[in-house]
Amino acid sequence: MPEHRHYDVLVVGAGPGGLAAAATAAAHGKRVGLVDMQPRPGGQVWRHDVGHGVPRAARRAIARAAAGVELLTGAQVVDAECGMLRIERGGDAFEASHDALILATGARELLLPFPGWTLPGVSGAGGLQALAKQGFPVAGKRVLVAGSGPLLLVAAITLRRHGAQLLGIVEQAPRAQVTRFARGLWRWPARATQALRLQTQLAGVPRFDGHCVVAAHGRDALEGVELEDADGHRRRIDCDLLGAGFGLLPNVELAALLGCALEPDGTHRRVCVDAWQRTSVDGVHAVGEACGIGGLHSARLEGAIAAHVACGQPQRARSLLGRRDRARRFAAALAQAFVLQPRVRRLADPDTLVCRCEDVPLAALDGFADARAAKLATRCGMGACQGRICGAALAELGRFPRGDGRPPLFPARLATLAAASGSREPLSGAPP
Amino acid sequence: MNKITLRIDGMPLQVDAGISVAAAVARVRPGPRRSCSGQRRAALCGMGVCFECRMRIDGVAQQRACLVVVRDGMEVATDA
Repeated sequence: MPEHRHYDVLVVGAGPGGLAAAATAAAHGKRVGLVDMQPRPGGQVWRHDVGHGVPRAARRAIARAAAGVELLTGAQVVDAECGMLRIERGGDAFEASHDALILATGARELLLPFPGWTLPGVSGAGGLQALAKQGFPVAGKRVLVAGSGPLLLVAAITLRRHGAQLLGIVEQAPRAQVTRFARGLWRWPARATQALRLQTQLAGVPRFDGHCVVAAHGRDALEGVELEDADGHRRRIDCDLLGAGFGLLPNVELAALLGCALEPDGTHRRVCVDAWQRTSVDGVHAVGEACGIGGLHSARLEGAIAAHVACGQPQRARSLLGRRDRARRFAAALAQAFVLQPRVRRLADPDTLVCRCEDVPLAALDGFADARAAKLATRCGMGACQGRICGAALAELGRFPRGDGRPPLFPARLATLAAASGSREPLSGAPP
Repeated sequence: MNKITLRIDGMPLQVDAGISVAAAVARVRPGPRRSCSGQRRAALCGMGVCFECRMRIDGVAQQRACLVVVRDGMEVATDA
């Protein structure tokens, strides 16, 4: 039998939302477990930077959680059933039961296919930022950051801090649209200050608003990209690294496995929650980006709200609801300003690989109306990432929604699955 | 910063402690993985989702190199 642990409150995801939830629950005197697959807490926005640490707010939030919470980093949730998660950690597996579960599973980057996007040297924009923070060599490299959204600016700042030579920031949204959004920022003074600071830090970096990287070139690695403006004029820019990301999408796989209701979030899905961060499943709460992209501030507030509610103290959460709603309204305005232009969905050629695990080109998916049919015929989505990349891309491209997942949530060791077979056959779910 | 030494495909490499295996490997292998059709691939998402950086670490296959911090004496096998 695998090791078993019990927590009053179990939190999945140690980003700002999960840290706030865990610390708040601990302050109520509960036994709290905080699980994250990364080697250190902080999530993506507060990812530890090997050269520069983390911001003060992150340091404080991590210290506060660490004081009263059992922090389980490097731990991967591979399966879930009512009241229990199966977790793999450093070659071992254990089961964690809980009275309340708070999902703070965050978001991942929307990565869209374009010719050459599989070349080494091409990564996500947030992806390249995360890699730089891990010590990935970017110093002296000619770097272009492209795609959409404010993450591009933040990524660019990190890259420059690590010595990259920034050739430019390529934003697909038209300049007029971004300017209109910036003019409305007076309604959120703190965000306006932050935006101004970003602009100052990026002074001198060429900006290509209303542009798209339409192709990456190189033999065995990236050598340059093709940049296209709104009128279709193209130019080539030689570079060593390209970080291309088109915004974020919620990680809902665990919530879906638990049976939590999901709702449409553009072409993707988010976890459905009420005003108190309760999902449709009793005892399961969700906070932050998993409930739709809301950013750092709403995630922290929602983490605290969910924990108060999970600990039977909803009155403590009441004062936070208004601030949470305000943070969510800002996120909605932001999403509107950076809405994807139709041409972004037309960048892939028929022979551009869409499924990078199984090397399936876009043309091979013509004629399939759903993910399951496409998978059976082409293996698209059957690789190690389990369709996390291609499934989201194909949904965004308007091909078909991502198929429903089944356990294990991530590739797991046979020993983990074997240990689980005593309680439930982990692969006995209905076919997707 | 403290240095550690790991071996990548048998070759010793000294790097800063605390960096990820993906970051260490990138110093010597720009495209450390071969895709199923033989293309060179490197880290894409940087956060453990895409599996493009998977490699054998200390004898355990299919490890996401972006999720693993380097350790002194570590043995990493890419398939470049």
